[in-house]
Amino acid sequence: MTRFLFKRLLQLFITLIGISILSWIIITQAPGSPIALTMDPKVSPKIIEQMEKNYDLDKPIYQQYFLWLKKLFTGKLYSFKDGRPVLEKIGERIWNTLLLNLVATLIIFSLAIPLGVFSARRPYSFLDNLGTFGAYLGLSIPGFWLAYLVILATVKLFGYPVLGLRSFVIEGLSPPEIVLDRIWHLMLPASIMAIHGIAGLSRYTRSSMLEVIRQDYIRTAKSKGLPEEVVYYKHALRNALLPIITLFGFLIPGLIGGSIIMESVFAWPGIGRLAYQAVLARDYPVVMTILTISAVLTLIGNFIADLLYGVADPRIRYQ
Amino acid sequence: MKTVLLSFPLLFLILLGINLIFVSSRPTPMVNQLIISSIGDASYLNPVLAQDSASSDINGLVFNGLIKYNRDLQGFVGDLAESWEIRPGPEPEITFFLRRGVLWHDGKPFSAEDVKFTYDKIMDEKTQTVRRSDYELVKKVEVVDPYTFRVTYKQPFSPGLGTWGIGILPKHRLEKEDINTTSFNRSPIGTGPFRFVEWVSDEKIVLEANPRYFEGRPQLDRIIYRIIPETSLSEMELLTRGVDYYGVLPHQYQRMNEIPFLKIYSQPSLSYTYIGYNLKNPLFQDKRVRQALTHAIHREEIVQYVLYGFGNVISGPFPSHLWYYNPNVKPLPYDPVKAKKLLTEAGWRDTDGDGVLDREGKPFRFKLITNSGNDIRRDVGVLVQRQLRELGIDVTFETYEWSVFLKNFINAKHFDACILGWSLSPDPDDYMIWHSSQIEKGFNFISYVNPEADRLWEEGRKEYDLERRRKIYWRIHELIAEDQPYTFLFSPIGISALQKKFVLVERDPSGREIYRPIQMEKAGLMYDLIKWYVPRGIVMEK
Repeated sequence: MTRFLFKRLLQLFITLIGISILSWIIITQAPGSPIALTMDPKVSPKIIEQMEKNYDLDKPIYQQYFLWLKKLFTGKLYSFKDGRPVLEKIGERIWNTLLLNLVATLIIFSLAIPLGVFSARRPYSFLDNLGTFGAYLGLSIPGFWLAYLVILATVKLFGYPVLGLRSFVIEGLSPPEIVLDRIWHLMLPASIMAIHGIAGLSRYTRSSMLEVIRQDYIRTAKSKGLPEEVVYYKHALRNALLPIITLFGFLIPGLIGGSIIMESVFAWPGIGRLAYQAVLARDYPVVMTILTISAVLTLIGNFIADLLYGVADPRIRYQ
Repeated sequence: MKTVLLSFPLLFLILLGINLIFVSSRPTPMVNQLIISSIGDASYLNPVLAQDSASSDINGLVFNGLIKYNRDLQGFVGDLAESWEIRPGPEPEITFFLRRGVLWHDGKPFSAEDVKFTYDKIMDEKTQTVRRSDYELVKKVEVVDPYTFRVTYKQPFSPGLGTWGIGILPKHRLEKEDINTTSFNRSPIGTGPFRFVEWVSDEKIVLEANPRYFEGRPQLDRIIYRIIPETSLSEMELLTRGVDYYGVLPHQYQRMNEIPFLKIYSQPSLSYTYIGYNLKNPLFQDKRVRQALTHAIHREEIVQYVLYGFGNVISGPFPSHLWYYNPNVKPLPYDPVKAKKLLTEAGWRDTDGDGVLDREGKPFRFKLITNSGNDIRRDVGVLVQRQLRELGIDVTFETYEWSVFLKNFINAKHFDACILGWSLSPDPDDYMIWHSSQIEKGFNFISYVNPEADRLWEEGRKEYDLERRRKIYWRIHELIAEDQPYTFLFSPIGISALQKKFVLVERDPSGREIYRPIQMEKAGLMYDLIKWYVPRGIVMEK
């Protein structure tokens, strides 16, 4: 087991270095410079050159890569856009993004699994078909479009703000009302983000349940006279949820990068918006750092999923 | 297990329900503050480093320059300088006499040392500022006494005066800091009417009235910049009173105009959109061909369809509402017959009957390019393509991502014709765009050469007298309109929406408040921002 762990971690580390080098090349070789973003006729090209030099952009690409690494680990990495430490910029937004994605994930799991089980108990019934239809609808509706419609509808219906972390003019609100206001601002984007996930995961649970129900041990459980509830929710569901461990691998990086579009639509100050703006502005230090963090999280997610399989499924053992 | 599973959806519904009840029962509060919607977050709250408009807007409230444009953008009034003197000559001198008793937001006094410090920081190569270009012709600066500051230029350079409108930085706060990364850039102190309170990234920037402002405390208590990344979302927030002011897009105008609690303002902008012809390309070297192209493009129609009428067709390289725009030069009218005639004169005929003009066996075919992500330019391109097609000119139209567009096409001068725009400053000196010395490394990427215009551009930046400058720029306007190196399309009209609750307030000696409506000035709606006010007792219409 320790040998396995060690080997796996070493693999992770090498993959990570590979990813970071590759991303560095792709990002810095894309056309465009972080300095000359606009055409300002009052700015002479000489000065642009000097400014690029101040950012080491005139150095060979491998040197720039090592400089980036060095600055990242010595805490001297500053954003090109506003001269602030990159980690500070990420740090102040990360909780907003985590909160949004966590709530969305909670909604997904708490609604999708009951839905899936429900559908699987009466397959091809009217309600199951309705569920299938709903799921396809949920998968095919573009999230941003739905979000705009929902924003428009709520503003017209209630005349209450929906954008951002909280309402802006909150004079005269009592503390519990302020909490409610925060929840309101969180629920809309999280719910819309969750629709896609609910549609997918409920289908996943349903087919997985149907698979398990056909197994011999379910028949055995039924024939030894266990109540149907116990058969379904204890014996079948536990086994049906095994494949969902795979989703875990995606869940962790998704907590950071899963909300780029919704953050823009709902003016939510998170990592996704930061990354998007940084790409447009060719803010290499910020883009690279966010990419590296997501890479680390993806790798960790996969790693945890591997380990969980070992724990949850007795058929899998690591040598 | 089952009960646990089923309780989740129930909980979710209950939470949603409570929220809806709460939300639908909320009244709209009334506060003496202004919330401005901004598309992007600010970058540096430091006038020397800032390049984006969000930062510049805020810096304009927190900092003061030595001088500022007057309300007609036709000259200057004192800001931190009470007055100034220009001593002409081969090496002209400008002496600024500074206001006494001005305090920084932290209570320290302001002096000429701060001005010199700001200048030195701009000129320091380590400082990441593009503003350095503005001061390249400065020979030296001196602090004559704490309230007198003198600048000497290497040669006469009239646009130089305006560059002293840049926000002045506090020496005592920044002396020992690295200006590129200091915390000052995020929590600035200035001398301006509003002082900095709070900045929450990608969410808001809060300013409050400076009670010791040298022109008197502003009437508003607070100004909040809200970052909302999309204009249609700002519209939503405007309806729920989460935003008081934002820049309206032409297609939103009709809707906004129907809302009873909003007032809509409009104002010609300092920018224009054009089609630039690469004059290195033999296709465009004949003036008659360029004039024909302009005659063939129905610009009124473009303004109608693309900008919903919110644009002025212009005849030359200047914004149409300012003093250096020559009103005697009329835009070439839409006239396909005349266009055809000019092209025939230049030797372009459809000899092989394929519907495309040709000359010496070569068809009139070119590629029109612009940057992607700009819907207005895209729509202009499509309309122009169709209109030129009718004349027998085969245009292919393509868009490229901005940086690819600049690097591979514009800067490499590897294009036939491009749709682009200029955002200008109120000073008419566009030397960098039009002078033939700027073909190599400047912004004259269409390679335009006109010796008379060259001479006039040089003269214009040496002349300090407004009337004489006007003559020079009117002549330049005539020359460029005649040459048509660009087809000047339009100068967009900016539209903005403001909640009606704001007024301008003045107090007479007895302390009585006199309210006047807020008016659009050439220098912008917010020129008198320090007098804006939300009177108590106004009942808002729901």
